[in-house]
Amino acid sequence: MSSRVFIPGDSAALSVGAEEVEAALRRIAEERRLAVEIVRNGSRGLFWLEPMIEVETTAGRIAYGPVGSADVASLFDAGFLSGAPHELCQGPTEDIPYLKNQERLTFARCGFTDPLFLADYEAHGGFGGLKRAIAMTGAEIVEEVVQSGLRGRGGAGFPTGIKWKTVLGEPAGVKYVVCNADEGDSGTYADRMLMEGDPFLLIEGMTIAGLAVGAAEGYVYIRSEYPHAYRQMARAVEVAREAGWLGPDVAGCGRAFEIHLRLGAGAYICGEETSLLESLEGKRGVIRYKPPLPAIKGLFGKPTIINNVISLASVPIILERGAAFYRDYGMGRSRGTLPFQLAGNVKRAGLVEKAFGLSLRQLIEDFGGGTASGRPLRAVQVGGPLGAYFPATLLDLPLDYEAFATEKGMLGHGGVVVFDERVDLARQARFAMEFCAVESCGKCTPCRIGSTRGVEVIDRIAAGKDPVANIALLEDLCTLMTDASLCALGGLTPLPVMSALKHFPEDFDRPQAQAAE
Amino acid sequence: MSGPIADQPALQRIIEDLRHLPGALLPILHAVQERFGFIDDAAVPVIAEALNLSRAEVHGVITFYHDFRRAPAGSHVLKLCRAEACQSMGCEALADALRRRHGIAFGETSADGRLTLEAVYCLGNCALAPAAMLDGKTHGRLDGARVAALLKSVGAVA
Repeated sequence: MSSRVFIPGDSAALSVGAEEVEAALRRIAEERRLAVEIVRNGSRGLFWLEPMIEVETTAGRIAYGPVGSADVASLFDAGFLSGAPHELCQGPTEDIPYLKNQERLTFARCGFTDPLFLADYEAHGGFGGLKRAIAMTGAEIVEEVVQSGLRGRGGAGFPTGIKWKTVLGEPAGVKYVVCNADEGDSGTYADRMLMEGDPFLLIEGMTIAGLAVGAAEGYVYIRSEYPHAYRQMARAVEVAREAGWLGPDVAGCGRAFEIHLRLGAGAYICGEETSLLESLEGKRGVIRYKPPLPAIKGLFGKPTIINNVISLASVPIILERGAAFYRDYGMGRSRGTLPFQLAGNVKRAGLVEKAFGLSLRQLIEDFGGGTASGRPLRAVQVGGPLGAYFPATLLDLPLDYEAFATEKGMLGHGGVVVFDERVDLARQARFAMEFCAVESCGKCTPCRIGSTRGVEVIDRIAAGKDPVANIALLEDLCTLMTDASLCALGGLTPLPVMSALKHFPEDFDRPQAQAAE
Repeated sequence: MSGPIADQPALQRIIEDLRHLPGALLPILHAVQERFGFIDDAAVPVIAEALNLSRAEVHGVITFYHDFRRAPAGSHVLKLCRAEACQSMGCEALADALRRRHGIAFGETSADGRLTLEAVYCLGNCALAPAAMLDGKTHGRLDGARVAALLKSVGAVA
């Protein structure tokens, strides 16, 4: 009887040697004449344990990690194929507290199934949402999404159902569904993980969106930094098409839906929806004025649903289990779950899908185990490069869109980057401005020029040149960028800058600076 | 390899294969760069004419996106992530060490043409920082020794 071993094919696992582990495992199994079936699953998101391999036993799957290729022989010696103890053994995967204490709705299958094996997907609830959607009218599908309270997971938090309703209300004709997979925020990797680990879920979500508003074509715009996710999605689309889940007659329902993939070209701004649409049309990724909204005049001038990967991937479970099931998770106006992504200087970095409302402290301390370096935590940046830096005193803040807005921050795409005491917040503020200068599309002056002026002002402050006047100038510049920029890049760059200034003023007023006067 | 590529049948084939796509310019530019290693200025008028665009429009797109190169890179390209999550795990020290060791700034190629060093802002490997991409493959949990070993393994350093 052959044993079944799971080795993640996720690019993060590959980045720390999953391929070498697989090669060693195959070689040693052959030498010892053991029948081993290897499945390349997605990642469970327990990245500190990657490469984490699992063995199927009568007691469920047993996890071992982090496994290096040099550990494989000793795993065989210990008898890992029957789930035997070993120093790398983590016990039954489902009982690892990090995973057990999560509420995995969107990521329920990720890391569990073979991502490209359609039968596996269906056996674990896949296409349940689409099957239900096929029997509903467009308006009923949209209403279900509205009622679920789902808000855009890309960062802006706009109600997904309302976007859909607008597109549905446009006259019938050519409409599009566009998936924003230009996940450029540092500290985020949920989109990548999902596309690599459960790509059919995204395909299902997009197809439901297409049925809901009467769109027959969808595009996924994937950033070029994710070549592995692109290849995985391309294969998944092919498999789904061959099985009739995509094409002229989706699952025999008589309606068409087709998905095309496009590769970005290394521009952060293309994560902004109108810039992404320009890029899809083959142009420079310069943002568009709004109105008209993309829902009315989007891709190639047609009504377009444009949603983030996780927003679309959250739709199937809403359709399958009903709006109320999803809405019951969360707090306030933040309903459902968010896959938080713990990153940076944290002991147990990984994906934590939880209902809104847990605190930053629970996330960083209970799940994350504190800093990786063991030094005291000094700052946390939530929401990517445009998110605020919070000090350790604000860790009890609940993870909720409104609570973060009150503290002049944002949840964004759910990325949480931890810094220890060695971080210099003046340097981080400078980086925020510099990043904005590099990535600005150049359309509006506050962003294009303001970011460069911002770098200069922070340099003067750091050099101790008239700090009081220059800090006032920096605040003034930030107000202007917030109020007058056309999109979120220029409009939110002041968040990291101002939060650094507010919570860590000591970093902007250094003793050696005065000496230089 | 760096001569004018405008006449080459390979360029024509790429254009013919992809021009039917809606928004074909980016897919064509990606394919040209994949095939030739960079986008020669001589290819610009050919692509422009095929897509009924002005040369300025094509040039504008090439220069807007960080990915597209107008000159060949070194034999190996190391893209070191310098975004926040990697910063929190010390990528700037790695960046300094690489600059010193190879005598080049980011965006430059070593004198022997073996290594091009580039900055990238997020590879989505933030849980395994610091991260870098070497010739299209992502590596995580890096330190100075591991980067040196990787560069050596592909022949990017003598």
